[in-house]
Amino acid sequence: MKTIVSRIAWLWILPVVLVAWEVSTRAAQAVYFPPPSVILARLHELWFSGPAAHVFLTDEAAHHLLPSLGRLVVGWAGACLVAIAAGVALGRSAVLCDVFSPLIHFFRSVPPPLLIPIFMTMTGIGTPLQLTAIVFGVSWPVLLNSLDGARYVDRQYLETCEVFGISRFRRLTRVILPAASPKIFAGLRISVALALIMMILSEFIGSTEGIGYRMLVAQSELDVPTMWTAIVLLGILGFVLNAAFLRFERHVLTWHRGARKTD
Amino acid sequence: MLEISDLTHSYGAYQALGGVNLTVAEGELVCVVGPSGCGKSTLLRSIGGLLRPTGGRVLVQGRPVEKVPDDLAIVFQDYSRSLFPWMTVADNVSLPLRRRGGDRRSRAAAAVEALEQVGLPAAAGKYPWELSGGMQQRVAIARALAYKPALMLMDEPFGSVDAQTREDLEDLVLQVRRSSGMTIVLITHDIDESVYVGDRVVVLSKSPATVVGDLRVELPEPRDQIATREHPDFVHLRAEVGRLVRGMRSGEPAAAPEAEAASPEQEPAPAAPKA
Amino acid sequence: MTNARRTLRGVLGVAGFLLVMEALGRTGIIDPYLIPLASTILTGAARLLANGEFLSQVGVTLSSCAIGLLLAAAVAVPLGTAMGTVPAVERSLRPLVEFLRPIPSLALLPLAMFLFLSGEQGKIALIVYTSCWPLLINTLYGLRDVDPLAKETLRSFGFGSYDVVRLVSLPSAAPFITTGVRIAASVALIVAVSVELVAGGDGIGVFVTQAASGNRRDVVLAATLWTGIIGLLVNSLLAKAESRLFRWHRARAGEEAL
Repeated sequence: MKTIVSRIAWLWILPVVLVAWEVSTRAAQAVYFPPPSVILARLHELWFSGPAAHVFLTDEAAHHLLPSLGRLVVGWAGACLVAIAAGVALGRSAVLCDVFSPLIHFFRSVPPPLLIPIFMTMTGIGTPLQLTAIVFGVSWPVLLNSLDGARYVDRQYLETCEVFGISRFRRLTRVILPAASPKIFAGLRISVALALIMMILSEFIGSTEGIGYRMLVAQSELDVPTMWTAIVLLGILGFVLNAAFLRFERHVLTWHRGARKTD
Repeated sequence: MLEISDLTHSYGAYQALGGVNLTVAEGELVCVVGPSGCGKSTLLRSIGGLLRPTGGRVLVQGRPVEKVPDDLAIVFQDYSRSLFPWMTVADNVSLPLRRRGGDRRSRAAAAVEALEQVGLPAAAGKYPWELSGGMQQRVAIARALAYKPALMLMDEPFGSVDAQTREDLEDLVLQVRRSSGMTIVLITHDIDESVYVGDRVVVLSKSPATVVGDLRVELPEPRDQIATREHPDFVHLRAEVGRLVRGMRSGEPAAAPEAEAASPEQEPAPAAPKA
Repeated sequence: MTNARRTLRGVLGVAGFLLVMEALGRTGIIDPYLIPLASTILTGAARLLANGEFLSQVGVTLSSCAIGLLLAAAVAVPLGTAMGTVPAVERSLRPLVEFLRPIPSLALLPLAMFLFLSGEQGKIALIVYTSCWPLLINTLYGLRDVDPLAKETLRSFGFGSYDVVRLVSLPSAAPFITTGVRIAASVALIVAVSVELVAGGDGIGVFVTQAASGNRRDVVLAATLWTGIIGLLVNSLLAKAESRLFRWHRARAGEEAL
């Protein structure tokens, strides 16, 4: 109980910053920094004042927010699944590892935004572009980390499997994947941030809907509060994705932290 | 149960095994000792089918070993790398049992039984890393027991635990052997341990390893950490094995000149007047 | 021996990839209009080396990255040190960091385009914002990792807390901070290119946009090839420096933040 109270007390800085922001921007009448109350009001009006039947989402939100989220989730999850499968498969063969590692390292080093112009000439504007961009951005770090993780599975784990005649399928699902999972998660953590970047960027450049597109429109119309609502939404999205991911990781990798502590 | 004839193995130019001959009968507990780095582990890995020896033959239950035999389990020295940290103790013990058939319930029951046998009935739901080193090695032994192998290989099983735990685990092996009757080959560099635990002690020379001694241990049963170790036969056998490990002929006094020449890397024994 | 074999396999992999792409293009399985032939891209890449315009654009991007990284380090390392040594500072600022860090830097791009008259400044500002986080987190992480015994040893000899930070904490956190620099560098490049694509100005991103609008796919891919190579070089140089400088320090800081 006491720890909860003290934890909340240590959040004092958030209200302090908000109040300071409100007061100073009102006093200075800053054009590009509307007070938080203004942003909040606009946030409600623009995105969340819809009918209860639509979970209070406005048409605007349904039109811009949902497609962004859908593409983000589908693109990220699909790319991760394929990249993990491919990485683990390659990682179990020393030859394939050696052959493909330099190529994967290279693709991992290409800043993925650079390819958006070329993707655009192939896919045109819209969902296919966003998906391609997200998939390309996410794949390489996840592939590289899965490959590394599967490659350096402790030899004794595998020998134990051999001694006790553990079937190939179980060896993969119960031993190799868990042994590689700390590395795989390191790749996934990076990929969440990359997916967001690629989502926003591809909506800036080649889209007619989505949060990024809406944001750029607001910017060009000098509609500063609306632009800020998009910043806030993207911030919340980043925060929620990150927190959900960390929680999931903590759950899956409990053993890893426990085993490391006692080493 | 186990027949090894003219077993040789080389890692490139380095010859680890130089023609090992060894036969182990059903139900025997044989300890293999030798100086460190003499190829004990290479021998065990060839028996276990984890390594393809460059020459010679290994028969387990009359069949040549090509892959890991079905009826064989290994307890490794490094329990922390042999138990899977992401599984509970019960899952670790029951995972190999799928191969033995039976449904989930019977596998779980077998795991619990094995854990009881090693004195860890309460650890089933824990993770290996929540247990001490000695307890983890007990779990590894329980896993081998539950698997009900005909032949159990133990590779320096107590090399990474403290002295007290080591004695407890030695007694555990003796007790397990009494109750299950399985054949056990235990590899160790500890001379006392080999005499205390074994029915037979097989001594390997330094590499390329060959069998230089094969002694039957006839000590009163059941063995006891205090009484057995002060038994005159124990003391005598220990000295005998010790001499063999240091590369001296049986019965020879310590620090004979040729013995030093034979094993220059061994620490020099107290000087004896030259003949 | 094994290293040579590894390198050989890697070279074969790259060569094989190029040959397969070339063959797919020549047989028309992949339309060479959509993805130009590997040979076309490679000769294009060679030609870019003599292209003064391209080289100067690369220079612009790299120098904004470098300036941004330096500024970020100037902010994040002292801040991280303060947070890592004074628990009250850490506990107060932590919530703010946890809230700001997940905000995708590109979300701030439209704002930066308003705030900074020159695109170059806006770009550097965003680079600073993004690179701050890995630097800050790694500094914190490194300071937490300092052996308390080492600090107490120094204190027992009568050194003050300033000296403890200078002589023990910062040196032992240095490997972590260097890892932070390496992570920040790769993120900085991504952000720099993104800003150039959206906001224009100068840089590799602009060069690529122009080539794309002129439908010169071969030039786009050749420029992308060079950028990837630069990223790979920077990363492996930093990694090499890390392991050379901090041989005593085996454990790498986690690749935490992006």
